[in-house]
Parts: sequence; structure tokens; C-alpha cells
Amino acid sequence: MAKKDLIRKRQEEFVRENGIIFLDNVSKSYSTGAPALNGVTLRIGKGEFVFVVGDSGSGKSTLIKLLLRELIATSGIVYVMGGDLGKLRHRQIPRFRRNLGVVFQDFRLLNDRNVYENVAFAQRIVETPVSDIRRNVPAVLATVGLAGKYKAKTRQLSGGEQQRVALARALVNRPSILLADEPTGNLDPKNSWEIMKLLEEINDKGTTVVVVTHNKEIVNSMQRRVVTMKRGVIISDEEKGGYIDED
Amino acid sequence: MKISTLFYTLRQGVRNIFRNKLFSLASIATIAACLFLFGIFYAIVANFQSMVKTAQEGVSVKVFFEDDTPDERIKEIGDMITRRVEVSEVVYISDEQAWEDMKSGYPPDFAEGFYDNPLEGMSNYVVYLTDVSMQSALVTWLESVPDVRKVNRSEATATTLSGLNQLIGYVSIGIIVILLGVSIFLISNTVTIGISVRSEEINIMKYIGATDFFVRAPFVLEGMLIGLIGALIPLGLIHVVYDYAIKYVLERFYMISQLLDFLPSETILQFLTPISMAVGVGIGFVGSFTTVRKHLHV
Repeated sequence: MAKKDLIRKRQEEFVRENGIIFLDNVSKSYSTGAPALNGVTLRIGKGEFVFVVGDSGSGKSTLIKLLLRELIATSGIVYVMGGDLGKLRHRQIPRFRRNLGVVFQDFRLLNDRNVYENVAFAQRIVETPVSDIRRNVPAVLATVGLAGKYKAKTRQLSGGEQQRVALARALVNRPSILLADEPTGNLDPKNSWEIMKLLEEINDKGTTVVVVTHNKEIVNSMQRRVVTMKRGVIISDEEKGGYIDED
Repeated sequence: MKISTLFYTLRQGVRNIFRNKLFSLASIATIAACLFLFGIFYAIVANFQSMVKTAQEGVSVKVFFEDDTPDERIKEIGDMITRRVEVSEVVYISDEQAWEDMKSGYPPDFAEGFYDNPLEGMSNYVVYLTDVSMQSALVTWLESVPDVRKVNRSEATATTLSGLNQLIGYVSIGIIVILLGVSIFLISNTVTIGISVRSEEINIMKYIGATDFFVRAPFVLEGMLIGLIGALIPLGLIHVVYDYAIKYVLERFYMISQLLDFLPSETILQFLTPISMAVGVGIGFVGSFTTVRKHLHV
């Protein structure tokens, strides 16, 4: 068996046993202040839908940054899809990130390009043939309800529409995991619910979805797994939980 | 890398220039202004050096011979002088030629009363040098050659011209280095600022899995194109302004046109074009390459 196949097989076995995301006693300290994460152990299985909630400074954003390999754990190991992120070299990071879809609160779109170009950009990066891009981009835009707006500049869109573009961009390469960092933070309730419905639909198709949010109403209504963080540690992890209100 | 990806990055590099019009214009203007100043200074220095060189070429040494030196010996000495590395040209002036030259410089009645050649025995070689600073060495050697009676030279002219040439060389190198340094600083700062304001764009690309090359290539191409355009503008301007300025000076100041020879714009641009383009494109490349690198670690 080739070395690559052997590694892939081992990673698949690891994912079956430990989940697609596995944080093993992970801590992260910055040069100043208290640790942002302190001995966190977390398993997220393939195809799960998980909310990560907590107040500001609880360590949610650090968690997302560790999963994106934007940061490296000070101690402990972060496994994503069976791979130890601490061992990734700088040049291997782009290839790793192509397995993740990521959505941010502030959308992070390329504002000088139109909707189509923003979504197509994710496919250009993975060197998808142009003919496939022309087929895939309209399809994913239709999925998020923006089929008719592919020519629009992103600045001409509402917040909800911009988040849909970001979602389309995150989905177009069919990622195994979708990370959403406060995806409804800049949206009104109606648009927030529409985005959450889309995330559910994506999860129904088998994609693992991790949503970091402050939105109590959505967390309480959806009755999904909820991981609550406080001051860098996980204080609760409930299968069908709600938002634990500290106040 | 696929060909389509290569063309995509090239296209993006060109489009970036139009997407960021303000930054592009600011960068092009900075590069053009710096290289224009550099070009103007070079044109002045090049003309000055050319004029000094012309003056140096006119400096000569005259070699006279002992009486009754046979023609064969004079010819032999002439051959020896010609073989010297510091000698560019040797002209033989016979007695008759010397007298004719002298007469031509005076009114027609000047020669009346002279029945014989008063410059009999004054045949000589006029020796022109490749480098006027080597005049002393040549004169010392000439004075040691048997049958050479006298060597006439212009020590003051040679020393002045040689010193002036050296001074222009040092000053121009100094000013060119300073101008280039300032240009590089200003241009790379403009490129740095222009790219830094787009660090968000670079971050987004990195978050969705773009390789360093994929992110960097359009920015680097953009920097190089801006550098190229910024270099071509002053070259075009210098071509037009230089010819106009020379024409104006020659028409306006007739005396100057009799004394000085200005270099044609082609000669100036022959040196300036590759240097300006290399500086423009080079700084565009280095500036964008290093600035993008700062934002790649996401």
C-alpha cells in the first residue's frame, strides 16, 4: 500500500474513533494575560451540528483560530480530520484549509469583485477547471438563494445576502467541515433564521457544522449539541442543549 | 500549476491596477517623479562629462627633434609613440606645414619679406592622449627618447581637466546613489502602504486555502507593471523635454552652441532606458514581494 493511502487509512480510523475534530487537553496562552484556552478536550463527530457558546473572552474565537490553524496550541494536540495540526508546515496549511468552509460575522468578501467572482475565487484556488467553475458556482448560488444576483457587487447586497455569498463560497468546494464564527452577528432576526436554516440543510447533507454564536434564541430553538465555554474552559456540553445564561 | 491558473493570476495582476486606481496612480506618480529627477540629473552630468572629455581630447603634446635628425629616425620615433597605450592619435607636422599653419593665422601680408621658411627644423609630432591624466608619464618617456630635443605640454590644462573629470565622477556617483536611495525608499513605501491597506484581502485569500504563490503573484505582477509604467513616463518626458531644452539653448544662446557640444537624446536614453526600467520594475517587484510576505502568515 502506498504511503499516502496508509496515512489516509490511519486518519479515517482516527476520525471513526475520536471524531472529525478532536482537541486533546488543549491550552493556548498569548504573550500577555490569562490563558485563552485551558486544558480543553472536545470531540466532534463526523456530520454533527454543534453550537459553541459563551461570553466574550470565553475562548470561542481562539478555538476557531486553532481549528483553522491560524494559531498553534501552546500545549495539547488539535486533530482535524485525523491530522495533528501542530505538525503542519506553513506550505501545507492552504491544502488543509481547503477541507474547511469558513464563514465570519463580517462576511469577509472581496468587495471589489462581484458575487460570482467571490464564489469562483474559492474554486480558482483549488485549480478547478473553468468549465466546472461555470457549472458549480451558479449551482451553489442557487442553493443559497442568490441565483439571480451573481453579477451584483457585494457592496450592493444586504447583510443577509452578503452572508449567503460567504456561505456559498464556503460550500462550493464541498468541505468536510463548516466553521461559522458568529454568522448571524450582523443580521436581523429574519435573515439570521434563514442562514441557520441553510446551515441545517448543509448539515443534513453530511457536512460537519460548528457554529460559534451569541444568539440565545437560535441556540434554544434549534435543540442541537451545545458546548458552553467560560474563561477558556468547557463548562457544559449537552447533546440537545440550550444557551446557559450566566446572568 | 495549470496554464489557466497562470493566466488567471496574470489577469488579476492587471485588473488590480484598475481596481485600486488611487494607489496605482500614487505609486506611478511617485516612481515617475523620482525617475524623472534621476533622468534629468543624469542628462546634465552626462553632457558635462562629454564636454570635459571633448576638451581632454584636444589636449596635445608637441615633440620636436634635434637638428639634422634623419627622416627615417623621425618616422621610427613616430611609430614608437603610436604604439604607446596612452596615445590616441599622432599627427606629423612638417616644417612647411608648420609655416603654412602659422601664416593662415595672420593677415596675408604677414609672410612678406620671408624668403626662406623661418620654421626650418621645427617639424614635430602632435600627440593626442586617450587619458589626459597620463600626460606626465608620456612626457617623461618622450624626454628620454634619443634625438628628441624638446617636448611642449600644457600641464595646467591637463591637471585641471583631469581633476574636473574626477570631481564630476565622484559628485555624480554620490548624487546618483542618493537619488536612487531616496527613490527606492519613496517607491517601496508607496507600494507598501498600497498593499498594506489590502491586508484584509490577503487574509481572506489565505483563510479559504490560497497558497502563498496564488496570493502573491497578482500583487507582484501589479507592482512590476506599476514600476514599468512609472519608468516609461519619465523616459518619454525626458525624450521630449531634453530635445526641446537643447534646441532652445542653441537658438537662444548662439555663443554656447559654438563652444559646447550637447549629447543627442538617443545617447542619453540609451543608458537611461534600461536603468530606469530596471529600477522601476525591480522596486515594484521587491516592494510588493516583501510587503505581501508580511501579511501571508495567517
